Amino acid sequence: MTGQRVSPESKHLEVTLETHVESVNIAEEMCLRVAEAAGFAEEECYRIGMSVREGVINAFHYGNQERPEKKIYLAVDLSDSKMTIHVVDEGKGFDLGEVPDPLAEENLLSTSGRGIFLMRAFMDEFNVVPGRTGGAEIIMSKNLPTPGSPGPNGQGKSGGERATPGQEA
Amino acid sequence: MSGRITLGDGSALLRKTLLDLLQQKRTRILLNLADVDYIDSSGIGELVSGYTSVNSRGGELKLLHLTKKVHDLLQITRLFTVFDVHSDEHTALRSFR
Repeated sequence: MTGQRVSPESKHLEVTLETHVESVNIAEEMCLRVAEAAGFAEEECYRIGMSVREGVINAFHYGNQERPEKKIYLAVDLSDSKMTIHVVDEGKGFDLGEVPDPLAEENLLSTSGRGIFLMRAFMDEFNVVPGRTGGAEIIMSKNLPTPGSPGPNGQGKSGGERATPGQEA
Repeated sequence: MSGRITLGDGSALLRKTLLDLLQQKRTRILLNLADVDYIDSSGIGELVSGYTSVNSRGGELKLLHLTKKVHDLLQITRLFTVFDVHSDEHTALRSFR
């Protein structure tokens, strides 16, 4: 990690990561902490963490071609309604419409190409746009849990509330 | 296998384990994933790579005791229809040709 900035209200966090395998774990850990603090339940934290992993793997491998002189920019925004994650690489960018469908019969035995699918499946919103560095910028978000929904340990967000049977994790 | 099968050490260990077995001409492989609680797209890629490598040598790679997270991932990626998955070791061993 080469740089980190936190806004005064701690609602925006950004880091610059090296193009290195360990950056995947750093990014996952950082976003998991934000997700847990935001009140996401364990299953949602898992999905957010996995999506961040896949976003940074995409930047590391496909975007930056594993070239160590290139950087990966990760930003997390927390608004009143959602947690948004940006992953920017220094590659050539790509068209989301040209990504092969990993569920297609002819791609089922492919050894790669499932990262975009997993991010789409696990997050509420997902898009890829041209990044400020000329590479790709992955933007994905997850809606914050509503009051009364399962909290971090399957309990109500306030910690003192009892979850109704239908809300238990 | 135990822990996480992810980009880096976890995936590399799985690749090496399967390659070692194939070099020993052991082509009937049952992977017990009971203690694997996390797998990412790189880990899935290694499993698929192992599956095709074993198949190309006339063998079989089967999976045993999937944790919920791994089970769910294989389901949404449609790989549950590709792998022969078992929850009982005795039955799994008897299923090899």
